[in-house]
Amino acid sequence: MTRPVTLRVNGATRTAHVEPRALLAHVLRDDLDLTGTHIGCDTSQCGACTVLVDGRAVKSCTMLAVQAEGSEITTIEGLAKNGDLHALQNAFWEKHGLQCGFCTPGMIMTAVDLLAQNASPSEAEIRHAIEGNYCRCTGYQNIVAAIQSAATTLRGAAPARAAS
Amino acid sequence: MPTLFGSGIKRREDPRLITGQATYTDDVKLPGLVYAAVLRSPYAHAKVRKVDVKAAKAAPGVLAVYTGADIKDRVVPVPCAWNVPNCDLKVPPHPLLAHEKVRYVGDGVALVVAESRAAARDALDLIEVDYEPLKAVTDPEAAAKPGAPQLHADVPNNLAFTWVVAGGNADEAFAKAEVKVALRIVQQRLLPTAMEPRAAVASYNRGTGQLTLWVTSQNPHIHRFLCSVMLKLPEHRVRVIAPEVGGGFGSKIPCYADEVLACLASMDLNRPVKWTEDRSENYQATIHGRDHVEYVEMCGDRDGTITGLKTKVYAGLGAYASTAAPGVPTILHGLMYSGAYTIPNIHGTVHGVYATATPVDAYRGAGRPEATFLVERLVDTFAREIGKDPIDVRRKNFIKKEQFPYTVATGVAYDSGDYHGTLDKALGMLDYQAFRAEQEKARKQGRYLGLGISTYTEICGIGPSAVAGAVGFGGGLYDSAVVRVYPTGMVRVYIGTSPHGQGEETTFAQIVADEFGYPVESVEIVHGDTESTPQGWGTYGSRTTAVGGIAVVLAARRVKEKAKKLVAHLLEANEADIEWKDGAFVVRGSPDKKKTFAEAALMANVAWNMPAGMEPGLEATAFFDPTNFVYPFGAHLCTVEVDAETGVVKILRYIAVDDCGPQINPMIVEGQVHGGVIQGIGEALQEIAVYDAQGQLLTGTMMDYAVPRASQMPRIETGHTVTPTPVNPLGVKGIGETGTIASAAAVVNAVVDALSPLGITHIDKPLTPARVWAAIQHAKGNGGGR
Repeated sequence: MTRPVTLRVNGATRTAHVEPRALLAHVLRDDLDLTGTHIGCDTSQCGACTVLVDGRAVKSCTMLAVQAEGSEITTIEGLAKNGDLHALQNAFWEKHGLQCGFCTPGMIMTAVDLLAQNASPSEAEIRHAIEGNYCRCTGYQNIVAAIQSAATTLRGAAPARAAS
Repeated sequence: MPTLFGSGIKRREDPRLITGQATYTDDVKLPGLVYAAVLRSPYAHAKVRKVDVKAAKAAPGVLAVYTGADIKDRVVPVPCAWNVPNCDLKVPPHPLLAHEKVRYVGDGVALVVAESRAAARDALDLIEVDYEPLKAVTDPEAAAKPGAPQLHADVPNNLAFTWVVAGGNADEAFAKAEVKVALRIVQQRLLPTAMEPRAAVASYNRGTGQLTLWVTSQNPHIHRFLCSVMLKLPEHRVRVIAPEVGGGFGSKIPCYADEVLACLASMDLNRPVKWTEDRSENYQATIHGRDHVEYVEMCGDRDGTITGLKTKVYAGLGAYASTAAPGVPTILHGLMYSGAYTIPNIHGTVHGVYATATPVDAYRGAGRPEATFLVERLVDTFAREIGKDPIDVRRKNFIKKEQFPYTVATGVAYDSGDYHGTLDKALGMLDYQAFRAEQEKARKQGRYLGLGISTYTEICGIGPSAVAGAVGFGGGLYDSAVVRVYPTGMVRVYIGTSPHGQGEETTFAQIVADEFGYPVESVEIVHGDTESTPQGWGTYGSRTTAVGGIAVVLAARRVKEKAKKLVAHLLEANEADIEWKDGAFVVRGSPDKKKTFAEAALMANVAWNMPAGMEPGLEATAFFDPTNFVYPFGAHLCTVEVDAETGVVKILRYIAVDDCGPQINPMIVEGQVHGGVIQGIGEALQEIAVYDAQGQLLTGTMMDYAVPRASQMPRIETGHTVTPTPVNPLGVKGIGETGTIASAAAVVNAVVDALSPLGITHIDKPLTPARVWAAIQHAKGNGGGR
């Protein structure tokens, strides 16, 4: 009943043999051992499973793995480059944007997409952008601060990034 | 040298969490792993006539199927671990899998173990259960009425207990009082919603007879104890590991049937077994919180003096008595009826009631939010009745700073406080007079602005073990730490508490590094594995720092004391002449004769030159049992605008001034306040678990249960004062629950204040637009009201 699916995950080509009904979230976790992507609900509300699919934030529980055939996928494990944390990872750390950490990978991936679309989001725009990502620990305030801080860093480091 | 205590350093937990390298329970994989799934009752109340598992057993990949009848003689029912005395508590058996009757939607009926998650889930659909549905009742007040459906054979009227707290003479106070006010308050059922659902990975080794259980636990030592009881396994053969845990809020205190069933299956199959709930299952099968129907009264004089308080509470327990459930609406609730005030006459009656709903247990604040809510609502109602400013009434009745320690009418002794101080600070942050002027102006324009006040105190840092024993808690409430210093001077600290987001890997390292004159990086905090950590009682009741943290500092000081003796010997000086200066042991008057802590650690570990009678090595264990609870306090202010056309409540400002004593890491303290307050605002404005008349959970998924989202929630303005507790040597109290304890009352008081010109005196939370709108229509005489 399984079929092969080949994905580009964090820069590497990975093939898994999966049931057609398998969700991308499950395949990332169970077949590709990328357990940084978490599953916090079964109705696509919580956003803990958010990854980048071809550069856009996608709740990986809303997608069958077979639908992602050939896609470029970035998970939280692939965000740091050459051992250097992404500006958002640093900012979440710096601003105490996480407590239990369970929502954090999905929250960060959503924020990566937000900042790619909007380099200078207002607080209201940030709160709107992450409303599909639930956090039960932080009350969101420091998450917002972290995303604002990362936006500032990214604008300073790579002004061209916003346009790309 | 500067201390780490008091410094808001970045968390040491975070690098693994922000890179996806952390290991939560469901991330654990073992060779030969198989998967379990639980079949849950679709009925709230039904007789189980027959469970046919033939087809499931024959399904591809299925390794085993268990029913309640299969296992009932092999395991001990799920114990209740808080048997509150003097209240005629009735704890009916709570089978791991229901076999005669199911008592709530979600009650476990069968367990399937299969080669894959999907195969296990698929096989659930092949189990045929013949149910005979019975009538359901989920509301605790309704469940206690004569004629209500009866859940348990030996619990007439579903009454689990009747607990009374009394001090002074409330009847006399009410008879004499100039003013009496009364409210009926419903403190709705809530779904704790830790972002990580529960999970368990059980691995039994037949060769060694050892069971290892990775589990989403706030208290692995309690899990080990309860697993050993339920499985009838010797306790020393059970190892429990709480790896990374994605939030708990009380819901991961209990040791649940499904976690133990995974163990049983692993023992039978000789293979590791993983069980992970999904969110819908979590909402049915993981404990709920609150669920009170309360009749409360306050009396006093026209000058604003409060003289008495009475309550009659129906506290829903759900279908069974969960682990700590009887203690939550009694000890953690009724003993706090005096709030921050000198109320001389108190009488409270709490009826614990079984109903055909998910069991209710400790949820962030656990009994104390309910107490704060009813007291703070009554104080506001009383103030309005006598036409006085609720601020003035609070000030008049506060326990004064110089009165501490102060024993309230319920009998508990508050350790310390400065309630005027936090209130004054919060009012300053708000600019109280300016807000009242703005409110007045707005009212003239037909706009509804309101201010809500919640001046809370709470009981936490639980607590003395002797008190635990006296109030029927089935364990100790001390905690423990081992400080182990390696030859290079690096330090590992093993703790009995089990943080899961609160940041004690950082704050405890700050404490220890300060003791040894170290950078924080030289200290590692280890928790969560019963194999390496000393006996401890877990993380709940805001006790980790106030109890576990003290064990850490005591163990560190023991180690340092030994190092000092060794240094005196090595430097051929009198111990009395050795002083700790700038991060080193120095001979007084001879600044060149000194040794760092790391140098002492090396010499202790190699033991080449020890003083007579001193053992080699450098480590110490400490158990700390506090002499009292601690009582953090604060003043929360909330301002709102209510749209009278739509009933929408908009929070304008939320100010939280809290006093948890000295703060080890202010950044982490503030984070705890933010999260706690938002959880309380969720409770005040939008969260409610709803059952229909048949006992179906209508808010059974995240689509229906209104977890607060970023776009819905306000910014929190924080402030603090510092009143150290005399109960422990660091003076520290708890901060994990204060936000939730304080905030629901502040928000609801604000909305009632806003709508008071309409004559509205109370609206039950959550204050959804529909409820607020209905209350407004009712007040305006438009019908369709509440």
